[in-house]
Amino acid sequence: MSRSHLVQIRDLSVAFDGVPVLHGIDLDVAPGEAVGLVGESGCGKSVTWLAALGLLPAKARVSGQVRLGAVDLVGAQRATLEGVRGAKVAMIFQDPSSALNPVIRAGRQITEALGIHRGLKGKAARREAVRLMELVGIPDPARRFDLYPHEFSGGQCQRLMIAMALAGEPDLLVADEPTTALDATIQAQILDLLATLREEMGMAVVFISHDLGAVAQVCERICVMYAGRIVESGPVGRVFDAPRHPYTRGLFDALPSLTGPRTRLSPIPGTVPDPRALPQGCAFAPRCARAVAVCSLQRPRLEPDADGRALACFDPVPADARTPAEAQHPAARASAAVRAVDEAAPPFMPGPHGAGPAGSGPDRGRWQEAAQ
Amino acid sequence: MFRFVLIRFGRAFVTIIAVMTFAFVVLRLSGDPAAVIMGPDAPIEAVNAFRAAWGLDQPVWVQYVAYIQAIFTGDFGVSMRGQSPALDLVVERIPATLELTLPALLLQLAIGIPAGIYAALHRDSAIDRGVILGAVMGFTIPSFVMGLVLVLVFAVTLGWLPSGGDATWQHAILPVIAMSVGGIGILARFSRSAMIEVMGQPYIRTASAKGVTWGSVVRGHALPNAAVPIVTIVGFMVGSLLAGAVVVETIFSWPGIGRLLIVSVTNRDLAVVQCILLLVAAVMVVSNLVVDLLYGWLDPRLRGHAAH
Repeated sequence: MSRSHLVQIRDLSVAFDGVPVLHGIDLDVAPGEAVGLVGESGCGKSVTWLAALGLLPAKARVSGQVRLGAVDLVGAQRATLEGVRGAKVAMIFQDPSSALNPVIRAGRQITEALGIHRGLKGKAARREAVRLMELVGIPDPARRFDLYPHEFSGGQCQRLMIAMALAGEPDLLVADEPTTALDATIQAQILDLLATLREEMGMAVVFISHDLGAVAQVCERICVMYAGRIVESGPVGRVFDAPRHPYTRGLFDALPSLTGPRTRLSPIPGTVPDPRALPQGCAFAPRCARAVAVCSLQRPRLEPDADGRALACFDPVPADARTPAEAQHPAARASAAVRAVDEAAPPFMPGPHGAGPAGSGPDRGRWQEAAQ
Repeated sequence: MFRFVLIRFGRAFVTIIAVMTFAFVVLRLSGDPAAVIMGPDAPIEAVNAFRAAWGLDQPVWVQYVAYIQAIFTGDFGVSMRGQSPALDLVVERIPATLELTLPALLLQLAIGIPAGIYAALHRDSAIDRGVILGAVMGFTIPSFVMGLVLVLVFAVTLGWLPSGGDATWQHAILPVIAMSVGGIGILARFSRSAMIEVMGQPYIRTASAKGVTWGSVVRGHALPNAAVPIVTIVGFMVGSLLAGAVVVETIFSWPGIGRLLIVSVTNRDLAVVQCILLLVAAVMVVSNLVVDLLYGWLDPRLRGHAAH
């Protein structure tokens, strides 16, 4: 079992200044697999992978195991981590414009990675960097090699980040909210690019997002996180068809439905608990409509389910519970919505980025930020 | 880039003119050189003759125009005391001042910047706390107090080093230390905070995430970004070194421009004072100009905003 996994995370916990923010995450990623990590801001999605790669600030206390082949990355020597970063596991980040070094030419930032991981120098490195820039869809890469990051748009900066990540030919690409800071249309292009590259290069992808639609488009498996724990995981199709954890369910209910009659959104009441004062039982219990007495006393364990998912809930939503709005796969639901929007041809769809699904083409399921 | 340089030069020129004007007016308003130089017992005719000879009986604006015209022909006036050209008097003293300020500047750069960077990279360690403490002490102790304490300890009590004069290189040690301590503290403090700020930026995490070794992250990714705020402070410090020279040269009887300034102000030797102030202004303006040009070189984002 363990041999078939690229990365095996066991009981990974992280605390900042004595405050635990990640409470024992178990997560496997198989070679070539695409896993989505979903949850509200601060639930520990990014921290999981920053901790795995040793990229958290020194004050963070990390425990547990992150096995990559025979190596355990938790507490590993700096040299070991440096050997893994970029080479086995590459990571791209939210807000690509600030993730690129402003005083180093864009092309140089790619050739640097090529030098480290593939020993390419000088002309050869430049040629390869230009090829990578072309691969990720940067127009006229030979000329733009010498430009600085501020001379690229946000979407192109993310493409540069991806080119840089590809430079080390990694087995796993961790994409930490790669589209959050981008316009809706650009988001779709970047998602397409990630999906295409994954197919071509056979690398595994971990996609961290709070955008359920993006996860549906890119991933095969999804892990929903809440307050530093995984609360539900399973194949995307099954979890999206019938979300069983009340939190997962809440995320879907909070999505606007574009097909049905105009109804009020049902947001999840309350806010994410303060990690310094987590409830004694299930962390979601105070916000949960289905909470029963035991929920506030005991914490449900993440138990595997008969249908291939894992669930941490004492009283999950019944597997066959559906409302008309959820009768179809969310991706289909969204594209139906988009089609409906296209037919109605409204000039402008308000959304978190000023443009909504209308801009993203008829075939693509796009959601606004589900969990806000 | 040409426009960038041109605008900076224009601004530098205006600044120098403004400083010259200010110095000229303040000096005319703050006392009568004739009375000081001729002494209180001088007959009124002699004083008036002195005024007429130096043009001090003219309205201030007439004097000003004459002064500016002279400057543009390279004539910086004549010392009212020694009758020698003011510029010669000042130029003569420049090497002595450089003997103190250049080593002081080098010391500031060589100690302040590495100490600050080291402290930033080992944040909250004992060394970091030591650097902060030393830096705060360094820039809160005024240079005249520092100078006197150094004289008391190393010259008077221990007898290791001379307390004043410029006979040997040992004579320069105490004044150079007195002059550089404050700047070392400021630079250490600034380099530390600049480096901490930069090390927390997303692009540093990106560099680490792509497998760049820690040393190369610091040298190749962090330092070039931290250089901008550090260079800014160095630019200011070059100017303040000259101001510090006034105090330190006086304490250590060092025959540089600083002491000449004190003596000339006391004597109301207008031409010499104006000449020194012009020199100080020029140094400050040039160092700021160099900083501005360095910005454009260090940070590509600033090249496009030259006009602002």
